[in-house]
Amino acid sequence: MNIDKRLVRKDSLEKLFDILKRNSKTIYAPFTKNGKTTFRDTESFSGISTGYIQTSESSKDIAFPRAEKLLEYSKNKEGMTVKGIDINDIPEVILWGVRPCDAAGIGELSSIFNWDYKDEIFNNRLSRVTVFGFSCNKSDEYCFCTSVGGNPGNTAGSDILFTRMGDDGDYLAEVLTEKGLSVVSMATDLFEKSETSGKEKFLAEVQVRFNHEEIKERLSKYFESKEWVEQSMRCLGCGACAYVCPTCACFDIQDEAHGRKGSRVRCWDSCGFSHFTLHTSGHNPRDVQSARWRQRIMHKFSYMPERLSVYGCTGCGRCSRACPVDMNILEHLISIQEVTV
Amino acid sequence: MTDNLYMPYLMRIERITYEAPGVKTFMLKFVNEADQDKFSYKAGQFGEYSVYGVGESTFCIASSPTRKGYIECTFRQTGKVTNALSDCEEGSIIGFRGPYGNVFPIDEWKGKNLLFIAGGIALPPMRCVIWNALDMRENFKDVTIIYGARTVKDLVYKDELKDWELRKDVKLVTTVDPGGESPDWRGEIGFVPTIVEKIAPSSKDTIAIVCGPPVMIKYTFPVLAKLGFSDNSIYTTLENRMKCGFGKCGRCNVGKVYVCKDGPVFTLAQLKELPDEY
Repeated sequence: MNIDKRLVRKDSLEKLFDILKRNSKTIYAPFTKNGKTTFRDTESFSGISTGYIQTSESSKDIAFPRAEKLLEYSKNKEGMTVKGIDINDIPEVILWGVRPCDAAGIGELSSIFNWDYKDEIFNNRLSRVTVFGFSCNKSDEYCFCTSVGGNPGNTAGSDILFTRMGDDGDYLAEVLTEKGLSVVSMATDLFEKSETSGKEKFLAEVQVRFNHEEIKERLSKYFESKEWVEQSMRCLGCGACAYVCPTCACFDIQDEAHGRKGSRVRCWDSCGFSHFTLHTSGHNPRDVQSARWRQRIMHKFSYMPERLSVYGCTGCGRCSRACPVDMNILEHLISIQEVTV
Repeated sequence: MTDNLYMPYLMRIERITYEAPGVKTFMLKFVNEADQDKFSYKAGQFGEYSVYGVGESTFCIASSPTRKGYIECTFRQTGKVTNALSDCEEGSIIGFRGPYGNVFPIDEWKGKNLLFIAGGIALPPMRCVIWNALDMRENFKDVTIIYGARTVKDLVYKDELKDWELRKDVKLVTTVDPGGESPDWRGEIGFVPTIVEKIAPSSKDTIAIVCGPPVMIKYTFPVLAKLGFSDNSIYTTLENRMKCGFGKCGRCNVGKVYVCKDGPVFTLAQLKELPDEY
């Protein structure tokens, strides 16, 4: 659909919030506490964070929860009853305040969950989420969205993208999808016709630091490089990078039993963990941390582009911010571009 | 919700066969007949078997698709799930989802000799295709099966080995590792690659299917090469750790290749294209 550009007055956001609440919408918005900004279910507009460069964790868990039931079972005398999760139990949610790098990550997750078999649990969750993106007006040294095809005002993945025009200005609202339109239809007065052209001058500046096509090309001959060992020497294998990442989708499946009942649960996992690929026999195809680090980079910048035609990175930089030993993916990617193979 | 990819079929354990120490075969029937009716698979495919409350484990379907109405799996008791499976009794209900993965291209092999080489617990992933071929025996020329295990006790499918030994249209060679023989052992003694070299099957018009522990595979490929087998005429299966079975959970890939989607069946030529990460 054509992008519909509207003007939303700065004091109209709160009115919009209230209207959505009156329409019994569940809204997840970012709140800052003890230096961490996280999305949470909120009833009130006051206190929603605006000054964050990024939320501490990505918003992916709205469609791909960190632990989610796939099915429930109960054993009885007659046998066994197993039932899958009921999609009617999945709430409709408005995700408020998503940065463009996280919104773009939704598309990449979708590619993973739909490249062959269609994961309808993920799809159903996603279909119930309306994404309110908020463009970035500031960035930090970890940000590199522009190096992986994104930008601070990227519309991908958002249903409505709000761009604040100036520090204390009104918002340009780009209505991008049917879901976005249905929100507008609840509050037509707040979405005024806009004469505004160009949001670029209000966006953060993020310099392009490497060429992702070139990285992909180089990685195809890079598997045996010694650089992986150099880069991962200090990696603890803690998995923090995967947990904060908007596109990491690797998961584990575990059963939780409570007496004669229980459930099967899908939970986040990380290719950085030593037991991730460990066979029961004791054999481990990725038996050292450098092989696991290589998998992380290759998966995102080589295997995914080749198999799914998308990159597994939106340049949010969270993995570098979260790393307890200061590994920096941006530095590593730049060095891959510079090192002669 | 019907589109839940993670929803297993309920299966009743119809029969349990004790194969070897720690190794059992389950014959499984669908609890709901409607599931049975719409289920189909081909030789080489695998599934996720589960004990509710304990978890899922990945192994091949060991029975041939030519045998209708049930599936079989053979597993060794090693981890949490296989131990729980081993505790199950006939009549117990377990979960199964599948079939996943690619298949042995058995139709392309018509008119050729088949040479099966297996070691230890790797006969099960080959048994499906052996029976599949034997159930349409007229389509193939010579069928040779070379099977080895550590000791006589460790040989699986002992009854079927007897069947194959008696059949005139199958050449069966069994072997055990040196020291693994029993006083009445009449088969070969020696490691599988050595025995393959000794038997020296002809590579002319022959497809070789090799499954076994990595060390056996490693030393068998060069023997086959010496016998004149091309990389395209040698098939094997990879057995990486998996959770989902359909290309999402992210752990079975070898480079850009997903064992669950692009495998588990590979030719040696395909394996040589892969990075050494399996």
